[in-house]
Amino acid sequence: MMAETVLEVKNLKTWFFTRRGTVKAVNGVDFALNRGECLCLVGESGCGKSVTALSILRLFDSPPGKIVEGEVIYGDIDLATCPLPYLRKIRGKDIAMVFQNAQSSLNPVFTIGDQITEQVRVHEHISRPEALDRARTLLEEMNIPQPGRALKMYPHQMSGGMRQRAMIAMGLSCNPQILIADEPTTAVDVTIRAQIIQILHDLKTGRHMSIIFITHDLSLVKEIGDRAAVVYGGRVAEVAPVEDILKDPAHPYTVGLIDCLPDMSAKGKRLPSIPGSTPNPLDMPPGCPFHPRCPRVMDICRSVEPAMVNITGVHAVACHLFTDMEGRGR
Amino acid sequence: MSGEVLLQVKDLRKYYRVTAGLMRRASGEIRAVDGVSLSIRSGEVLGLVGESGCGKSTLGKTILRLEEPTGGEIKFNGIDVVSLSRRDLRELRGKMQIVFQDPDSSLDPRMSVGGSIEEALIVQGISDPAELEERVARLMEKVGLEAGFYERYPHEFSGGQKQRIGIARALAMDPQLVIADEPVSALDVSVQAQILNLMMDIRDRDGLAYLFVSHDLSVVKYLSDRVAVMYLGKIVELADKEEFFRNPLHPYTEALLSAIATLRPGGSSRILLAGDVPSPLNPPAGCSFHTRCHRVMHVCPQMEPALSQTAPGHYVSCHLYS
Repeated sequence: MMAETVLEVKNLKTWFFTRRGTVKAVNGVDFALNRGECLCLVGESGCGKSVTALSILRLFDSPPGKIVEGEVIYGDIDLATCPLPYLRKIRGKDIAMVFQNAQSSLNPVFTIGDQITEQVRVHEHISRPEALDRARTLLEEMNIPQPGRALKMYPHQMSGGMRQRAMIAMGLSCNPQILIADEPTTAVDVTIRAQIIQILHDLKTGRHMSIIFITHDLSLVKEIGDRAAVVYGGRVAEVAPVEDILKDPAHPYTVGLIDCLPDMSAKGKRLPSIPGSTPNPLDMPPGCPFHPRCPRVMDICRSVEPAMVNITGVHAVACHLFTDMEGRGR
Repeated sequence: MSGEVLLQVKDLRKYYRVTAGLMRRASGEIRAVDGVSLSIRSGEVLGLVGESGCGKSTLGKTILRLEEPTGGEIKFNGIDVVSLSRRDLRELRGKMQIVFQDPDSSLDPRMSVGGSIEEALIVQGISDPAELEERVARLMEKVGLEAGFYERYPHEFSGGQKQRIGIARALAMDPQLVIADEPVSALDVSVQAQILNLMMDIRDRDGLAYLFVSHDLSVVKYLSDRVAVMYLGKIVELADKEEFFRNPLHPYTEALLSAIATLRPGGSSRILLAGDVPSPLNPPAGCSFHTRCHRVMHVCPQMEPALSQTAPGHYVSCHLYS
């Protein structure tokens, strides 16, 4: 079965020009998103995963941010360079985004119903009652109790889990092709997290929606992801189907990330940890960005940035350990 | 590995009065901690798990009397903490310390790292400059900070390093009990492991006891000896770690355990809880979990279950087992 690509990000570079220097938040990211799949962008804070997501719809502050290179291909248009009025038609309609903190992403002085219908009526010519009807159906799909009442609520009257679900409902209001979810479960409790993961899962299988799921939590990746891209220092370090990446990680960083999860290690033993901390984005190490923390560092890593190497056809890694492995399998 | 009882908490309660309107008249009461009893032995790690708003952080703070308890008993080494005067309390606090979740807001940005750690010693009455310097150096080494960091300021450090500073401060007076309130929740996973290792090393070396407060069951599983689960101000289950994870009894514990995503293949099907944690201002009658429980019975909304022992050391408060 040939997967149909709905979005392709090619060599994307988003830099922020600040007084203290240039922050190369996204520095050459490549990935493709297929129809009906959930691609997880995994990484620690500051690795560039959120800026990558914001760059797709150019939602970062500009200035100081700027896409200095690269393409974001949706259909036959490059979202990185297309005129802004065109991009506005795509935002929220074809590609929608759900943020981590629903509290600060919802407008506190409008009701949930107002906010959902506003978005619908910006993109589609339908009457207010029709839009309200759709909003109610959406809230119902999100398992919000008494959706009619919820429409009239202000964000502060809702619990954290309800707000996050209302945000997802808003994201879905124009039936987008692609949903970008930026850490949608980080601010909620585990039992609520399970509910939200279930909703996203149903969207993927029921509506064949493509999802970009951004997270720092590898265990969530296993739950929801089809493929995962591990991001480090503004670049993709490894991309592969989720089972492959968890069972057979190639990049030393991915190996470290998986090893240091507490529930994986035998009890009582010391946890393996990655020494040091994530690099300062103002002062990225030369060569491979991971080399100062890498247990398998070689001389070449300190000076030459590794290119992405395809090791099994579906599994690609940017690491000098694998430069000779191209196409040979393992 | 654990010795005599270090901390004994009995029926501890902390209520907050909620006021409304111009006249600040009382309009209700939040029972953040509502009758909690537990004990910690020296050298033992008790993991305390629960969702946000369940009262786990308030419990930690109330044990240290950073919040004044509304009622109940706290005994530390046999000393009644609740009735201590401020002066005696200060002395005791050297032996009972706390590490907070957010190292950023618990360190003074205008004080150097060395100064911050030194302050903890000065408060405890050490004033000899040579001794201070030596003890700060020893503490910094203990938590894995280079001695050269003495003159540096908090903003120059990463989150993991700042948490090390917080731990060094807590260790300043060789405490016997450290209450760790979500100490790794704000850290990246790769750094989280470093801090957990450090905390376990310190425990092994110094025989510290921890009350480890966390929402993350996998972290709790990694380092606890016993685990307690809190829901709306009450402990609903308490057991040895092995027993807890092998044989969870309370339906809430079952749901929590099934909600932790694990990287291991297989596993049983997930229990999805409906709805949110109810407001502590207006908790449900009877068992406070009955509104979300997947095994609710007739009796649950009417009668509050008592915490009862089902096996040695395994306590649960649920009508299914009474």
